[in-house]
Amino acid sequence: MTNYLLEMRHITKTFPGVKALDNVNLQVEEGEIHALVGENGAGKSTLMNVLSGIYPYGTYEGDIVYNGKECKFNSIKDSEKLGIVIIHQELALVPEMTIGENMYLGNERGHRLAIDWNTTYSEADKYLRMVGLSESSKTQVKDIGTGKQQLVEIAKALAKQAKLLILDEPTSSLNEEDSRALLDLMLGFKKQGMTMIIISHKLNEVAYVADKITVIRDGTTIETIDNHGREPVSEERIIKGMVGREMTNRFPKREKVKIGDVMLEVDNWTVHHPLYPERKVVDNVSMFVRKGEVVGIYGLMGAGRTELAMSIFGQSYGVNITGQLKINGREVHLKKSASDAIKHGIAYVTEDRKGNGLVLSQSIKVNTSLAHLDAVSSHTVIDGDKEYAVAEEYREKLKTKTPTVEQLVGNLSGGNQQKVLLAKWMFAEQDIMLLDEPTRGIDVGAKYEIYCIINDLAAAGKSVVMISSELPEVLAMSDRIYIMNEGRFVGEMKASEATQEKIMAVILQSGRSA
Amino acid sequence: MDRPAANQSNIRKADLASLLKKNAMLIILVLVYIFFTIMTKGRMFRPNSFASLINQNAYVYIIGCGMLMCMLTGGNIDLSCGAFVCLLGALGGMMMVYWGMGTAISIIALLAIGVVYGCALGAIIAYVHVPPWIATLAGYLAFRGLGTAILGVSSTNSISFNSKQEFLSIFSGTLFKTPEGTLNWPCLIVGLVAAALVILLVFRNRAVRLKKGYEVDQIGMDVAKCGLSAAAIILVMYKLAYSGGIPTVLVWVGAVVLFYSFITSKTTIGRHFYVVGGNIEAARLSGVDTRRIMFIAYLNMAILTSIAAMTTVSRFTAANADAGKNFEMDAISACVVGGVSASGGAGTVLGMVIGATLIGVINLGMFQVNLDANYQRVVKGFVLLAAVVFDILSKKKAR
Repeated sequence: MTNYLLEMRHITKTFPGVKALDNVNLQVEEGEIHALVGENGAGKSTLMNVLSGIYPYGTYEGDIVYNGKECKFNSIKDSEKLGIVIIHQELALVPEMTIGENMYLGNERGHRLAIDWNTTYSEADKYLRMVGLSESSKTQVKDIGTGKQQLVEIAKALAKQAKLLILDEPTSSLNEEDSRALLDLMLGFKKQGMTMIIISHKLNEVAYVADKITVIRDGTTIETIDNHGREPVSEERIIKGMVGREMTNRFPKREKVKIGDVMLEVDNWTVHHPLYPERKVVDNVSMFVRKGEVVGIYGLMGAGRTELAMSIFGQSYGVNITGQLKINGREVHLKKSASDAIKHGIAYVTEDRKGNGLVLSQSIKVNTSLAHLDAVSSHTVIDGDKEYAVAEEYREKLKTKTPTVEQLVGNLSGGNQQKVLLAKWMFAEQDIMLLDEPTRGIDVGAKYEIYCIINDLAAAGKSVVMISSELPEVLAMSDRIYIMNEGRFVGEMKASEATQEKIMAVILQSGRSA
Repeated sequence: MDRPAANQSNIRKADLASLLKKNAMLIILVLVYIFFTIMTKGRMFRPNSFASLINQNAYVYIIGCGMLMCMLTGGNIDLSCGAFVCLLGALGGMMMVYWGMGTAISIIALLAIGVVYGCALGAIIAYVHVPPWIATLAGYLAFRGLGTAILGVSSTNSISFNSKQEFLSIFSGTLFKTPEGTLNWPCLIVGLVAAALVILLVFRNRAVRLKKGYEVDQIGMDVAKCGLSAAAIILVMYKLAYSGGIPTVLVWVGAVVLFYSFITSKTTIGRHFYVVGGNIEAARLSGVDTRRIMFIAYLNMAILTSIAAMTTVSRFTAANADAGKNFEMDAISACVVGGVSASGGAGTVLGMVIGATLIGVINLGMFQVNLDANYQRVVKGFVLLAAVVFDILSKKKAR
């Protein structure tokens, strides 16, 4: 019998209205690197949150057996006590503090009343050497690069006496060289007996380090692939597991729409990171959209898609933006303000509806009219009845499920919130709709309705750009597809000629050549 | 057959509960008033008490409107307004008493100083992104010192306005003055007209909505609403009619409160204040100029502070170093007790007015029952805390 360090049996986790995990099984052997792959929203992160106790025992069904014992974690502290340490995708370091302070944050050395700084820094230095960093632990975190910050995160995990290390997309913000170094470090740890789980989109990396690969799709485990063979498992083999889903009636039929002239054209568009101005987030991108056309931009998270859309939308993201923007064939120079972009007919429907899309503490009515308040007011005085009527009109049109449009948006489900967000921009009567992940985090039924709305928008002659990291969605909804990776457009295909495998292949190739 | 009826009565019960919850602070205000009326054996209900409530709290209503606008943008406050009142009082005294400037020109000059400070403060907060409490802390520290230094021209550190009757009558006079204890008809008539206007507006609005085919409240609800507000207006004005007439400061307060009620509830710019406080990023990406809103909030605050400064100086007929002390805290308390969210995005002028009145009633009541001044402060502190706890708990239950 094999000796499993960790077994997760029949894990099921339901959120209101959505089954995020459905009978997931995961078995990790002692001393192996186990990879977890799947599309965005497949449930990988949810599974790891269950494991680390972020979702406490009792909020999910199923058992976690670790080191032969059943575990009931109530918080992340409980799991860390047993040596299960998770390193999240977003770095959780305080830039103004030193490396040593960061490493022992919440886990301070010394006794109850005073921190023992000598121990802190000498131990921190020891772990830094283990991850191959030569920096002093007294260096401030803001003074080292992202790659090294990722290593500090690992050193921090080691300092917690980790036995099972979980790395969530550890290389997503690293360049090729740093990524390779990190993966080799992982292999080194394996030799010393450490067990690791890695979550990654980069399948070549997964094939390089992992002993076993578990594929998760739509909240269930599909298969576990053994990577012990002579040849590393092929990326195509993994992709098949990831995307091989049935596609009966998940998308509404697209009616033939007359596609008109070019509405929006972007040429040689380059955007730099606002905090690290030397970093190019969008690199020399050129694209166009015609009237009545739905253009898909496919790319993984962090490929620069959101940054591209927001930088077009009145420079709402980024610095040192260069390139040309043409609307209706005429070059325009938008001021650094969203209202200027709105005046030129551009709408940006954000991927982050709670963060920067909706005012959750206000009603559906207030949110619907927000971007076009002038249309329901005369001489800056709002006509409350007219505003109500408009909100009602869009509630009916988009089939938003709510007792009344006076309902606070914060009380709606994700799908209905998304509809309110779309209603806001439909009411604003914009010609160019930049839709950023319009179906993120909503259930299949609501997705279908959103797809219908997108088709209606195109039929009404609007130019729609749909950014998505869900391949089936991009394939079914778009007329044309741009493929984006690491800030650049690496391919363009007609939807009729595109397949999931072709698109994945383009991305993988671009990753290798870089 | 029974079901629908039972359902209906359930709905009525739920309606009643939400109605009580919505107007909880108003109900508490009435209860507290009755409590003090009993404790003072009716003294609290005499005309003089009504007049005192208005005169003593005028500045809270005026500055409260400004503070409300600041707080709406995201729980931002202005700590400098009290000290600014002191400085403006001193400057007003210099202009009118020492330099002999005319009343009108002095009022305009004081407002202009408010505009200048407001623009500077607004620019520092909105465009330089200095956190509001730090930006206004500077004024809090500097203005009282500056004001007191200016007042040093007088040996008593105070400038009397007794010779400036024109100025005093504008900000703390009485319209249609009659002797105390006799019925002042103009005052009562103003009250009756105002009550009639309220009733007229409610029913005109109802008729218009019916005509356009929109939903309206139950007729009983509308009748009760405007009946109660009309009765309250008539009661206050009737009481004031026996105290000698309409205080001019009531006109100022009324104008400011009505204006800001309108701005916050009916206009696009008022709406922008709420959405900036609700989610500043969403507001920005929807085309709202968020920095302009922050700028206006503090410019507006300074202008209202100028008006409050003039009513304050006028009420005490003197500018002195203590003028405006704790005004900022009184305005913040009024907002918070009145249900204005400490994190922004929620709150109404009416709520602030009720909050200010409640605190004013408690102050006056405690004074009339001769409670030790030190314990008055203790009570005020706990009232503030209790109001916020009550607010948070009742919102939790509502979910």
